[in-house]
Amino acid sequence: MSSDAIPIPSSIRLSKEAEGTWLETLHSWVTTVDHKKLGLMYIGYALLFLVIAGIEAIIMRIQLAVPHAHFVSPQVFNRMFTMHGTTMIFFVAMPILFGFANYLVPLMIGARDMAFPRLNAWSFWMTAFGGLLLYFSLIGGDGLYGAGSAPDVGWWAYAPLTSPAFSKGHSTDFWTIALLVSGFGSIGTAINILATIISMRCRGMTLGKMPLLAWLNLVMSGMVLLAIGPLTAAQMMLMIDRYLGGHFFDTQAGGSATIWMHFFWIFGHPEVYILIIPAFAFVSEIVPVFSRKAIFGYPVMVAATVGIGFVSMSVWAHHMFTIGMASYSNAFFVLTTMAVGVPTGIKIFNWIGTMWGGKIRYGLPMLFCLGFLFQFLIAGLTGIILSAAPVDWQLGNSYFVVAHFHYVIVGGILFALFGAFYYWYPKMTGKMLDETLGKWHFWLFLIGFHLTFDFMHIPGFLGMPRRIYTYEPGRSWEIWNLIVTLGMVFQAAAVLCFVVNLVRSYFRGVPAGNDPWDAWTLEWATSSPPPAYNFAVIPEVKSRRPLWDIKHPEDPDWKYE
Amino acid sequence: MTQKEERSRTICQICEIWGLELNICRPFMSTMPLAIPAMETPWTLPSKGRVGMLSLVAAESAIFTIFVVGYIFYIGKSLTGPTPHQVLHIPLFNTICLLFSSLTIHLAVSALHAGKRVRFMILWFLTFALGAIFIVGTGREWHHLIYQEGLTITTNLFGTTYYSLVGLHAFHVTAGLVALGTVLILAQLGAVKQEHADRVEVLSLYWHFVDAVWVVVFTVVYVVGR
Repeated sequence: MSSDAIPIPSSIRLSKEAEGTWLETLHSWVTTVDHKKLGLMYIGYALLFLVIAGIEAIIMRIQLAVPHAHFVSPQVFNRMFTMHGTTMIFFVAMPILFGFANYLVPLMIGARDMAFPRLNAWSFWMTAFGGLLLYFSLIGGDGLYGAGSAPDVGWWAYAPLTSPAFSKGHSTDFWTIALLVSGFGSIGTAINILATIISMRCRGMTLGKMPLLAWLNLVMSGMVLLAIGPLTAAQMMLMIDRYLGGHFFDTQAGGSATIWMHFFWIFGHPEVYILIIPAFAFVSEIVPVFSRKAIFGYPVMVAATVGIGFVSMSVWAHHMFTIGMASYSNAFFVLTTMAVGVPTGIKIFNWIGTMWGGKIRYGLPMLFCLGFLFQFLIAGLTGIILSAAPVDWQLGNSYFVVAHFHYVIVGGILFALFGAFYYWYPKMTGKMLDETLGKWHFWLFLIGFHLTFDFMHIPGFLGMPRRIYTYEPGRSWEIWNLIVTLGMVFQAAAVLCFVVNLVRSYFRGVPAGNDPWDAWTLEWATSSPPPAYNFAVIPEVKSRRPLWDIKHPEDPDWKYE
Repeated sequence: MTQKEERSRTICQICEIWGLELNICRPFMSTMPLAIPAMETPWTLPSKGRVGMLSLVAAESAIFTIFVVGYIFYIGKSLTGPTPHQVLHIPLFNTICLLFSSLTIHLAVSALHAGKRVRFMILWFLTFALGAIFIVGTGREWHHLIYQEGLTITTNLFGTTYYSLVGLHAFHVTAGLVALGTVLILAQLGAVKQEHADRVEVLSLYWHFVDAVWVVVFTVVYVVGR
């Protein structure tokens, strides 16, 4: 049967005339409620902020490359680390993961859209305007007081630094409102993903037959619901303090600065898992396809994810060992933090078990996943080191901590994300990403990453505190800081390769076809890019790998599951 | 028939001819015909409105939990007066009204499920009225506290935590009243029918949540904290 006998458009880009004017195109994107367009908008928006926050990191690294540098002023340096942290967590990592969830979840569970398409659009625009508010502080943060511009209180904004006495002007308020607004957007998206996965699955897709990506996003959304609430509440309290003269965090009126730390980290630690679980989801989809084997230990993977979700809700105060808690609190949080390593370790074993005896293809998505596995393991190990309270008293607030969590976020989450880009870009655009540029991207980024973040552990051991503006020579920190800054050059070059690849391949890439990886989940059954309605007919599945069943009718999965 | 529906139908027909049980298989159609007799098992999933509302309730619970914890943490920590024992009176009438409204909204939804629209309208209006009485009562309580007792949000930690927690709850009641009022107006216009009972029930879940939160707030503020 020739392909034009089937009346599904193979691509959304029909013809020049059908596209309409650029104004109509713009209008269609601004007013869209389509989960795929919103997903792409989330991703594009996050990539923009990735570049901005990356530039902020570069400014910090240039300042710290040599002792006694004065590349920027101390005030600007404070603003840079605040904006870098806030942007990377709230306006890069979260939107980009929500973007992928938005795009992939309905396709993978055989639905035509999310459960609440208009809520979906609302959530995106809340997040988008939250980011704009944060950066509007550069213009509006001065207020009438002539103090501050961008926020400079650090991404966790400890009290009492945020009190009106110490943070004059409106910069801290812009930070608060930006996080409040984008938090509402995040809650909206989480509700949407939950309702979509629970109520919109196609016929036959029981919970035990869902792709792992859907399962992991289900857990992630549940965690967003429970973790963003505390942040929202804490920001409301901060606004009450700053605008209405409340005393929540006002120590002079009997308030407590410590309780802000508790509220912030009750959000802050689950947040890390909210970010890493979708990264696990990408790896759980890519590794089986590139090992030519079904995922090893599917039920255990699901149980481990749910376990991580539960345990990670009770580990928050390991960020607070240095404030001097009671010994039994320390013991509790040490034990829970070490316990969270168990399900995480199970996951790593399962991915290795999937690869074991498989016919591994070293495509770009797989390369990034291998990088992820290795680096995430090391990041977990330094996490175990830091989870011991006495060690944390020594290393807390040092560059060792900075190296540890960048190992998680860059070495783990970002590597998995790059893998996801190479894996699903063909589905999203209909074009393959260029292999050569991709290899450059991978190797440059790998080298840059290890130069920067491996060597960042060492000044931490040598006592270099985080967030310092500059340092004295002669403490043997110089060489390590120089290497760290050097690594950044490689990373910047790698990201440049990536961005060029994204743009170039969109116009000149090799057409991908519907199923370039010979994969097994439902998104590869529809055209690339998928039509607005995803599936002409809602599919029905009988196993976890519906496309395997179609391709191998003599040996379908549903016989064994 | 729209073009899209027509396409779907065509695909469907093609698949039937080929005996395909899995209808998404366009890319493999030419090479992999597959005949598995379609099984007609029932396939029902939870309603998305209910799941969405329960998720919202979970998120709201997290927000309220933090405010309740904040309140409990600061009980007795104010450096100056007035103390809760001096100024707070137990709002018994208000509480009864709000809790009773949970019953009336439940009965209203049941009435709509049964198709009794007049009964629904009366009970729905009663729910709205009980909620409104609660809000007016809170307003009167605050007016008394501010103008007679001199307790504002800036006075001390008690003032800060009290107005924040009770205010957050009152805000949720107000939002609920706006939603209830909208349904009431739509019902007046004859737009709320038996088939909308499920949607109205989703809204009632929110109202039950707001009432349940009041039980916690009442216990913490007027019983434990006083």
